[in-house]
Amino acid sequence: MSNQVQMREKRLAQGPDWSFELIEEYEVEICKTAAEFGLDTYPNQIEVITSEQMLDAYASVGLPIGYPHWSFGKEFIRNEQAYRKGAQGLAYEIVINSNPCIAYLMEENSMMMQALVIAHASYGHNSFFKGNYLFRQWTAADAILDYLVFARRYVMDCEERYGISAVEEVLDSCHALMSYGVDRYRRPQPLSAREEEARMSERNDYIQRQFNDLWRTVPAAGSAKSTGQKRSVFPPEPEENLLYFIEKHSPRLAPWQREIVRIVRKVSQYFYPQGLTKVMNEGWATFWHYTLLNRMYDKGQLEDGFMIEFLQVHTNVVTQRGFDERGYSGINPYALGFAMMRDIRRICETPTAEDRQWFPDIAGGDWLKVLDFAMRNFKDESFIAQYLSPKLIREFRLFTVADHESKSYLEIDSIHNDEGYRQVRRLLAQHYNRDVSLPDIQVVRYERDSDRSLVLRHLIHRNRPLVSSEATEVLKHLARLWGFTVRLEAIDADGKLDHYRECVV
Amino acid sequence: MAGSIHLIDRRYNSGNKSATNRQRFIRRYKDQLKRAVGDMVDQRSITDIDGGGEVNLPARDISEPSFRHGQGGNRETVHPGNREFTPGDTIQRPQGGEGGGGGSEAGEGEATDSFVFTLSREEFLNIFFDDLELPRLVRNYLGTVQQKKMVRAGYVVAGAPTNLSVPRTMKNSLGRRVALSSPIRRELDAALNALGEARGRAGAQDEVSRLEAEVAELEARLTRVPFLDDLDLRYRHRVYVPQPVARAVMFCLMDVSASMDERKKDIAKRFFTLLYLFLSRKYEKIEVVFVRHTDNAEEVDENTFFQDPKSGGTVVLSALELMHQIQAERFPVSQWNIYVAQASDGDAFGSDAGKSSRFLGEKIIPVCRYFAYVEIPDGQDARQSSLWVEYDTLTATAPNFAMRRVCERDEIYPVFHELFKKETA
Repeated sequence: MSNQVQMREKRLAQGPDWSFELIEEYEVEICKTAAEFGLDTYPNQIEVITSEQMLDAYASVGLPIGYPHWSFGKEFIRNEQAYRKGAQGLAYEIVINSNPCIAYLMEENSMMMQALVIAHASYGHNSFFKGNYLFRQWTAADAILDYLVFARRYVMDCEERYGISAVEEVLDSCHALMSYGVDRYRRPQPLSAREEEARMSERNDYIQRQFNDLWRTVPAAGSAKSTGQKRSVFPPEPEENLLYFIEKHSPRLAPWQREIVRIVRKVSQYFYPQGLTKVMNEGWATFWHYTLLNRMYDKGQLEDGFMIEFLQVHTNVVTQRGFDERGYSGINPYALGFAMMRDIRRICETPTAEDRQWFPDIAGGDWLKVLDFAMRNFKDESFIAQYLSPKLIREFRLFTVADHESKSYLEIDSIHNDEGYRQVRRLLAQHYNRDVSLPDIQVVRYERDSDRSLVLRHLIHRNRPLVSSEATEVLKHLARLWGFTVRLEAIDADGKLDHYRECVV
Repeated sequence: MAGSIHLIDRRYNSGNKSATNRQRFIRRYKDQLKRAVGDMVDQRSITDIDGGGEVNLPARDISEPSFRHGQGGNRETVHPGNREFTPGDTIQRPQGGEGGGGGSEAGEGEATDSFVFTLSREEFLNIFFDDLELPRLVRNYLGTVQQKKMVRAGYVVAGAPTNLSVPRTMKNSLGRRVALSSPIRRELDAALNALGEARGRAGAQDEVSRLEAEVAELEARLTRVPFLDDLDLRYRHRVYVPQPVARAVMFCLMDVSASMDERKKDIAKRFFTLLYLFLSRKYEKIEVVFVRHTDNAEEVDENTFFQDPKSGGTVVLSALELMHQIQAERFPVSQWNIYVAQASDGDAFGSDAGKSSRFLGEKIIPVCRYFAYVEIPDGQDARQSSLWVEYDTLTATAPNFAMRRVCERDEIYPVFHELFKKETA
């Protein structure tokens, strides 16, 4: 690397306007620079789109292909309205976790922005998608686009066959339960569109084969006896993936409805890692666009004007407003993630005594290796718990507020001082813990042998209640999918039934 | 290192992928939208009624529920930017999940105000007429409003294959082939003659073979002249020429005497609105003139027309006379299509009804395209008014005169449709 410093590289063309040739030129250079740092990525695919298409992409939660549903229309209208009024800018990029990794560039961006986006999305996010354990475990990057095409076609077929309203009902109900359609421990089978189709037709064939009109005529007496013998609780273990349970066991759903439940579940699962790694993912990508472009500047490829424009955008992205400033909306994942990534590098390169005490393992280490390890093996919660340094807590001036129902006021729990560091870090990590923020609701009983009702259990965590009106609504959706009575029992910390709500069908 | 990138220009792909989803949204919230559109119609002026526009839906109606934590219980939140707090400080609990309490947790501080979105003109009209239950008429007219005609405008050298003009192309081809090959033919003829001559002579073996080679070469050159060249292609060219646009004026006459209450005015407004929409399908430029009357008539602006209360007696004739006068002064029949819509509760006293009817039949009906009279009685079973009885005598003789009774808002569209059946047929 040493000789590269003396050897000033060819300066890249400047100016605000981009062209396809220029983008390619920049991409090649960014790619070379990324290789210096050993970033491992999926192949890149870059697509140039208009702002209108960007709005489209927004509406379908960033997926390039989605099944039709009114809620996406609502999202689209909301964004469009905000954008037209100037209340909201558009994101500069959208990147899709697939192989090849697809990044969208907006037509309106300047050349500087395009370069930033390429570095950010096509190298930052892309390498994160390829490296992070959650993504490796949960999303089949090779198959996702095929699957989405399949899903879209399937839903539209159903609409044609069973009517828009019927499909919409199922989708509405599934969407209400979307956060409960995620497996946290089992690895889902890699999906391919062909397998999905084969499985579906198999299911239909089976139903065809099983149909026998004679069964209707069998007297009911015999069956009552057999049920009496074996009355065990089903499912044997509580099931937290509600959509999965519905798909497999719902007594009433037609095969096509089951398939739709499955589609929503798969999409939900696809987004699961993204929700768990927001800070890391954005931090990583931001760190790399910053590092790559600075490196190119050091090599003499970029001009001062470019860098000034770049730094301005970059600064906007990583701004963290204080809690009492206007426009404060929680902790900015870009700011926190970027600061932590840089901080890890700093701890490796120029550790202080404090760092040596707090991070003996990495202080003075090889920053590339340490960062790579962190990127691969953590999610937001564990990443913060592991790497948030006292220095950053001081810099962000983090403090924690305790909101306990026994007190009529809020209390400052801890601040950025020696006594508070660990507590602040622990609570911030908790904040990103999905298991805490999402109410713990699981299927505990399916009364297969009696009224076929479904019993769910809500384990009340630290006395936090559900939003009552919404819970009732979701229960209705659940009952619609289940087809029989559904009951949600709230269990308090002592394991006693606190209250329950029921939706009778 | 990764190979060359894949750079794709998607800008020309169809945007508007969300059009379906948008339609789905509208479909789902049709009822709410109808209500909102109804309100909108009440608030808007007649002339910009069909511009589409912003619709408010209460956010509560369209929210998607999920299991999530509400207020209460024990929790801690983390915030940046501490300035003066030390552990143990207490703060008042903010109300409504705002400020220090909310944080970024799922939708806790979510805005509960209304959800605003903009309907396009077409969506607006669809919903508007859907309310009135006979959208077919509108669609017919939507299809034919923009009277632009495609006319042929000669030939151009580029175009779609379907527009290829074969005769023109072949003509060019022929001309080019003749032009390119005639000098060659001339040379060929000369060479052939020379060859015949040389063959006749004895001992000219060399010259014969030279000439044979020349003939062969010339023939080859002839075959190289292409039968059809890109240069020959001609395409039929078409341009849009807007049709001459007819102008129309619409007179709205309304009785604003004390007996016309808000309900009746609302029905009248809807009727006028429909007429305006109807006309705006047919004409690109429409003037609207508002004439209100009690015992004397005056020309007013739209706001005054619908909002301003005025009481007094009723002299229908005054409005008809004023209308006739305005028409004669400002809207000559030769240049304007004249439409008149009159709304009244039918109250007329003494000889007024008879005089009005006569004036209408003699002076107004002959100059206007269409005269529609809508009577809004107090109730379904109210007896026929004197004006109605007098006007009724005109229906037999004047084909461009029509009258109907409307009692309820939802009757307007059917009545309107009936009135204009002749026009749509």
